[in-house]
Amino acid sequence: MNVGPFILVSLVKILLALFVLLTAVAYTVWLERKVVGHIQNRWGPTRVGPFGLLQPMADGVKFLFKEDLTPPHVYKPLYIAAPMIAVIFALTSIAVIPFGDWLDIGPVSTMLQISDVNIGLLIVLGVTSLGVYGIALSGWSSNSKYSLLGGLRASAQMVSYEIALGLSLVGVIILSGSLSLREIVDAQGGHFWGFIPKWNIFYGGQIVAFFIYLMAAYAETNRIPFDLPEAETELVAGYHTEYSAMKFAMFFMAEYANMITVACIASLLFLGGWHGPLGGPPWLQALLQIFWFMARVFVFLFVYIWVRGTLPRFRYDQLMAFGWKFLLPLAIANLVITALVVALRA
Amino acid sequence: MLHLILFSVFGLVCVAGAINLLVQSHPINSALSLIVVMGSLAVEYLLLGAEFVAAVQVIVYAGAIMVLFVFVIMLLNAGEEERTKGSRVSLLIGIPGMIIGSVLMAWVLITHSGTHAVEAGALPGAPGEIAQLLFHEFLLPFEVTSILVLIAIMGAVVLAARPEPLQPEGKS
Repeated sequence: MNVGPFILVSLVKILLALFVLLTAVAYTVWLERKVVGHIQNRWGPTRVGPFGLLQPMADGVKFLFKEDLTPPHVYKPLYIAAPMIAVIFALTSIAVIPFGDWLDIGPVSTMLQISDVNIGLLIVLGVTSLGVYGIALSGWSSNSKYSLLGGLRASAQMVSYEIALGLSLVGVIILSGSLSLREIVDAQGGHFWGFIPKWNIFYGGQIVAFFIYLMAAYAETNRIPFDLPEAETELVAGYHTEYSAMKFAMFFMAEYANMITVACIASLLFLGGWHGPLGGPPWLQALLQIFWFMARVFVFLFVYIWVRGTLPRFRYDQLMAFGWKFLLPLAIANLVITALVVALRA
Repeated sequence: MLHLILFSVFGLVCVAGAINLLVQSHPINSALSLIVVMGSLAVEYLLLGAEFVAAVQVIVYAGAIMVLFVFVIMLLNAGEEERTKGSRVSLLIGIPGMIIGSVLMAWVLITHSGTHAVEAGALPGAPGEIAQLLFHEFLLPFEVTSILVLIAIMGAVVLAARPEPLQPEGKS
């Protein structure tokens, strides 16, 4: 492909991916309010639009027009930069996530991914590990004890659980022999004995890794049962106590965008990515692939919300003990066993 | 050409971050400048074709070690440092000495060394090649290093652990 069309196609893909991601963020918030509402035997949003479907827009307008209050005691440069850092790193990782195989529109043939990098998985891990700074700096620059405690808890928690998270992914990397997300998904095509799909979760004991990943991912995104950094009963609202209007909304967006990234990685690495029943003309097949991928992401997000509506919060020492004394050894054991299996089979 | 421009730009960002680290009087600003230095170094690695090293640089240095730095600064609530005038000796001897030294080094490297620049991507950079080097050719040094790290971790645990009470029978 020439440089001109390449840049044009890339721009279109970037804009589309960002648009879909931001819409998904808005509607994940809606889904959460709706599902948690039904779990708690109430209706959730119903007033704005049918089933409250226009609620995200109303929320957005509200966030834009609320007074943007900057408390006088904050350290201003970092106070303003922190929500931006959080949201930028949360949105960046979508750049390497593949949504499907190749798409042909007329003369243009393009992969359904902004860019296929041979260290894609490492890039996602690196970008999410940088996301901690948004939370840590907001906690520190707010100059308030609740924010500071929230920021400290968040950074300690995220550094601890990142290890278990990373180790749970290594088993999959060993099985597929690649760090490129596209190749990892390609390796999961086909079936065992004609009917069990060849997803990594059914393969070489990776179901253990999947659950380690699931739990570590909840901790990484600061969700219940690991939402200690914003525990309302102890810390008012944690690291974003002093934020209002759009700056607060940016933390909100970052949290939900991170949830979606985590769901995408789980679908790609453990649940077979976009593989599923396909049929029809090529363009329909491409759309179906996107549909299967999104369906997995949706299920993962639904489980997220379900867990939130069901479980109580951990105590802080329980959280640390769980991460270091249970998840980490389990992840190492899983890694060693997977490596042994692969080595013996080779 | 684009490579060279990007490389120079990020080299400048790296140096600017390093200078900013020294100039800033607040520890957290210095820590953030150090993150900028780490990040631009990672981009330089990437431009040189060492993508694995670049990713590890971001994950380990910018994403883990610097988080701990920031964490400690936040925990101790370290305040602004007083600005001193600095020593006259370092101003008169240190800065000219550094300039002369670096110019000399650059001159020697450019004119007198028999080596020439390596093409970008000519050296191993992909994860597989790095693994081949680490786990095959340099297996023994690698394992010895890992034992060294293990000893350091155990030492840290021993030092940080609470001393066990001498008389557990609550006699006090």
